[in-house]
Amino acid sequence: MNAIWDAIRWFFQSAQWSGPDGIPHRLLEHLEYSGLAFAITVVLALPLGLVLGHQRRGRLASALGFLVVGGANGARALPTLGLLTLAVTLTSSDLVPILLPLVVLAVPPVLVNTYTGVQQVEPGLRDAAEGMGMTGRQVLLKVEAPVALPLILLGLRTAAIQIVSTAAIAAFVGLGGLGRYIIDGLKRQEYATTAGGAILVILLAFAVQLCFSVLARTAVSPGLRRSASS
Amino acid sequence: MSRAALLAAADGEPLIRWDWIGRNLDEIGSLLRDHLIMSIVPVVLGLAVALPAGLACAQWRRLYAPVTAVTSALYALPAIAVFIVLIPFTGLTRTTVMIPLTLYTLSVLIPSVVDGLRSVPEHVRLSAVAMGYGPARRLATVELPIALPVVMSGLRIATVSNISLVSVGALLGQGGLGMLFTDGANRDFTTPIIVGIVLSVALALVADALLLLVQWLLTPWSRAGRGRGARAERRAAAAGHADAAPVEEAAL
Repeated sequence: MNAIWDAIRWFFQSAQWSGPDGIPHRLLEHLEYSGLAFAITVVLALPLGLVLGHQRRGRLASALGFLVVGGANGARALPTLGLLTLAVTLTSSDLVPILLPLVVLAVPPVLVNTYTGVQQVEPGLRDAAEGMGMTGRQVLLKVEAPVALPLILLGLRTAAIQIVSTAAIAAFVGLGGLGRYIIDGLKRQEYATTAGGAILVILLAFAVQLCFSVLARTAVSPGLRRSASS
Repeated sequence: MSRAALLAAADGEPLIRWDWIGRNLDEIGSLLRDHLIMSIVPVVLGLAVALPAGLACAQWRRLYAPVTAVTSALYALPAIAVFIVLIPFTGLTRTTVMIPLTLYTLSVLIPSVVDGLRSVPEHVRLSAVAMGYGPARRLATVELPIALPVVMSGLRIATVSNISLVSVGALLGQGGLGMLFTDGANRDFTTPIIVGIVLSVALALVADALLLLVQWLLTPWSRAGRGRGARAERRAAAAGHADAAPVEEAAL
């Protein structure tokens, strides 16, 4: 129990609250890297998932869909730490080789959930939208995307949480952020530092989780909310 | 990355040094065994807890909302952080690595057990009641078998994820194949890292295939229709399978 008290005391030392190794700076770093990786993930995966889900007809579309779902499930087997160490050993400890594995691991959940969300939209809804004279793009953006939103948000949440926790692991290969406390504390055998970092990472993950719950509650159309919450 | 790999090769340092693998086979084998133990034990423990918990949630519906809140919180917990928090209690041991993985397994499996049991059509349940099945027999011979595919897809996700997560334990010195990653990074040497990734992915794929095989063996009715209708049925099953995975993702 002493170790826990040390960790709690660690938070109240003034050294922890200023300078480049202070909590505000490390937190900002963590948010910056995570935000960057998340933005890249969304830009890559979201449009692709929307378009692939929308193109349901034809053999090519179904083959691509099969590939997306299968590939994404396979990506779960990739060990995070392995990708990070490989990227850094092959290149350098720059930002790009570290962010690359974060993006690689975050793309699959966004892609699969967006793809299936759009693909599973009731065909009747689609027909009705087309019957009202909507173009393909309008059907996608005004009908399919909003209906698929709960599933898309789940994919985004999974990706965001994964990025936040992987960014902590990436401290092992030199990334800044909250993971620095964990890794440096382990190296210097200062348990209080390590535990402080771990608690901060957990709090950040919960904050992300909370943000997405709030988002799901406000962004999803009221007509869909019942099914979204179940 | 491939350009960098080429550069590394041009450096005279090959991407993989096969002789290193040959010299370290014993070490790699024992890491593989550790890895297997640390990833499978949590799945077994998780299943042992998730089955009764899922049954309880399906039985008493009011229980499900709080239980989901807990499991989704568990799912959000970063494994590395939980390892650290556990150190004062369980030290730098395998147990420290296996506890968060068990929690993670629970967070995946409880929803899939509940979803599986809910996927039993009401008329099937009522038919069993009408045929005089009591609750226990109905559960064992009707409801659980129908729930099996959904439970199995959750089990596959948990198993594959655990196998890839174990390696994070290497940061504490207990990571199975993950030890090859930290070792390679510390020595700036790619061979162990590549060996670790390949073996870890292979282990996950083999485990996944075995679970699929188990499911195939346990659900003989799903392949009962042979001959003319079989192809259409297979196609339907494949479509169902493609759907099942993301739904599980959603359950997370």
